[in-house]
Amino acid sequence: MNLKTFKIGGVHPEENKLSADKEIEVFPVPKKVYIPISQNLGAPSKPVVNKKDQVKAGQLIAKGEAFISANVHSSVAGTVSKIDKVIDQSGYKRDTIIIDVDGDEWDESIDRSEEINRDITHLEPDSIIKKLGEKGIVGLGGATFPSHVKLMVPEGKTAETLIINGVECEPYLTADHRLMMEKGEEMLIGVSILMKGLKVDKAYIGIESNKPDAIAHISNLAQKFKGIEVYGLKVKYPQGAEKQLIKALTGREVPSGKLPIEVGCVVNNVGTAFSVYEAVQKNKPLMERVVTVTGKELPKPSNFLVRIGTPVSELVEKAGGLPESTGKVVSGGPMMGKALTSLEVPVIKGTSGILVFPARVSKRVPMQHCIRCGKCVTACPMGLEPYLLSQLAQKERYEGAEDERIMDCMECGSCHFTCPSGRPLLDYIRLGKNKVGQMIRNRGK
Amino acid sequence: MNLFTVSGSPHVHEDRSVRNLMLGVVLAMVPAILVSVYFFGLGAIRVILISVAACLLFEYLIQKYVMKTGPTINDGSAIVTGVLLAFNVPSNLPIWILIIGAFVSIGIAKMSFGGIGKNVFNPALVGRVFLLISFPVQMTSWPKPQPITAGFVTDTVTGPTPLGILKEGLDAGKTVSQIEPELPSYVEALIGNHGGSLGEMSAIALVLGAIYMLARRIISWHIPTAYLGSVLIFSGIFWMIDPTHYVDPLFHLVTGGLMLGVFYMATDYTSTPMSAKGMLVFGAGAGLLTMIIRFWGAYPEGVSFAILIMNAFTPLINRAFKPKRFGEDVKNG
Repeated sequence: MNLKTFKIGGVHPEENKLSADKEIEVFPVPKKVYIPISQNLGAPSKPVVNKKDQVKAGQLIAKGEAFISANVHSSVAGTVSKIDKVIDQSGYKRDTIIIDVDGDEWDESIDRSEEINRDITHLEPDSIIKKLGEKGIVGLGGATFPSHVKLMVPEGKTAETLIINGVECEPYLTADHRLMMEKGEEMLIGVSILMKGLKVDKAYIGIESNKPDAIAHISNLAQKFKGIEVYGLKVKYPQGAEKQLIKALTGREVPSGKLPIEVGCVVNNVGTAFSVYEAVQKNKPLMERVVTVTGKELPKPSNFLVRIGTPVSELVEKAGGLPESTGKVVSGGPMMGKALTSLEVPVIKGTSGILVFPARVSKRVPMQHCIRCGKCVTACPMGLEPYLLSQLAQKERYEGAEDERIMDCMECGSCHFTCPSGRPLLDYIRLGKNKVGQMIRNRGK
Repeated sequence: MNLFTVSGSPHVHEDRSVRNLMLGVVLAMVPAILVSVYFFGLGAIRVILISVAACLLFEYLIQKYVMKTGPTINDGSAIVTGVLLAFNVPSNLPIWILIIGAFVSIGIAKMSFGGIGKNVFNPALVGRVFLLISFPVQMTSWPKPQPITAGFVTDTVTGPTPLGILKEGLDAGKTVSQIEPELPSYVEALIGNHGGSLGEMSAIALVLGAIYMLARRIISWHIPTAYLGSVLIFSGIFWMIDPTHYVDPLFHLVTGGLMLGVFYMATDYTSTPMSAKGMLVFGAGAGLLTMIIRFWGAYPEGVSFAILIMNAFTPLINRAFKPKRFGEDVKNG
């Protein structure tokens, strides 16, 4: 097979896909859910329920009112016990709707049948966009950008190609892999719906070659769909980053500081495509998602279909319980995920995985002098010089950092990963980006 | 309660450290060490051990009593400098001269700039060039190789290096074909049976170690390829124009420590450029300078000076040759 990939930089961390052959288990409905009103990129939504209100699963509980924001729905049936500030995955207290579960009654409009609804002939772009907005669909790859906004192509630009991200380049995570294996056809219908929404006639699906079963399965299914092509990609991190994926699949390079639409592409994750199918064909809002719960010392690495708002502690319990050795728990992948301060935080729309690391690998290695080996430069997929950017940020030379294009950094962590001196390059670069971003915003005023 | 560690991403790290890389370089030099022991016996062992010990000691002392910072001798970089310095001197060099060399390498070229990662010039080469200029006689009387199989011979028969023979001959007005009988054959040059410094004897042993370093990604191919290519092209052009006064390019490749310089010293991390483009420029420049010195310079061998001169250009190269940025000057067809 001829495998495609991107050109500049990249690293290859140990894959550790421990749960790759674990079928998706439907996770039991918890007793209580914690649903933050801000789960997506953009403005927080506004609660439309009050304390003591009865809600059904799938009912709207917070409305996205800003242009970039998304609706939030209840994932369970029960009573709103309160709306309070609760610590979420970021470690900060955020407004959260807490619901006491009572039974599992779903909103009547949701089609809960197992039957696959293949008919998309009557759909129009506007109705698709409206539906995705209504059902609170956001990008499930991690960035949680509202999907309906993504489909609204800006004036003067045209979309040519829909890119579907089945790469799952983060080590450990297998949620997308399992979804492709088990819900492949539904996912492809979702892709067709997205194509219609964007008015494009071709879609490329990229899957890394460490998932040969998924490549075979999806390629096979895709034959029945018009305009969908499936490509195997060489295993290289960060191939799932949208600019890198576009480069790998189309050869096009998104210009610095611009969005994919600049080169006629719109990127969506396979998980998102599945949710799009559910929203449009089954009228189901984004109220549950697949989460990989894994770790080398976790007894039972698993893939769960979890209601949004379920406490992470319950997931870990179901996967065999937190090992005695645990030193760190990460939400997301090991390269870009966020370390959690506690397990008492809820699963949200963007939670792709929960990783449990033993204490002996939780702490960073002591930092040594930069030996100027250039490995960070070689690894950077954006062609930046991480050693220089981190130095400029450290010395508070933000103008210099801006000139060296610090804002192009997407924080993939390849530089820190590869540094033999164990230097926290990305920490400094993040700091620098923050300051430079502020500087740029102030200039605009 | 058990508290979790919280840190920024990434949460995994490549299983590789500075020490790991440096010990990899030392391992890569083992074939060349064995060859030097084979040809020079105890003399080689003595020079290598003393050089390494002196480098470690100077680094330790300077750190402890002058810089007053935590010790870095565990990272293995002083061992690499020690072996490389030993590789760059004759096997019969008096110990006190060797120790001065180690002091210059570590004390002046490395620690006075701030230690590992801060030095501008390759420490081992600074030490070598300092000794070459200060003690030209001792540094250029190379003992003739005596294979260990012939028993330990302690007499000090010395002879010039192949490039020395060539330069002297050409300066005396001879042509290449007249000098040729005095030069070692290619086979001898490859296995190392000729006069020279400890580590530059056998091109094969050096290339073997280089393959190991390339395979383990301790070094990248950029500098060696550009360096060898530029030597080959430059010497090839002159050889084709005037083969009576310019020896063939292959001879330049296998002699005068070129392999040692190309793979072990021009690839030093700290004193060479960071980007792929910069590395290619560095290699090409070093190759060009090497040949200019060999053809027209005062010294028969140019590798050390060429690399040191390019070291000085490294900061400028880093500025001028940035890596290719993603999304810059894009042409999307």
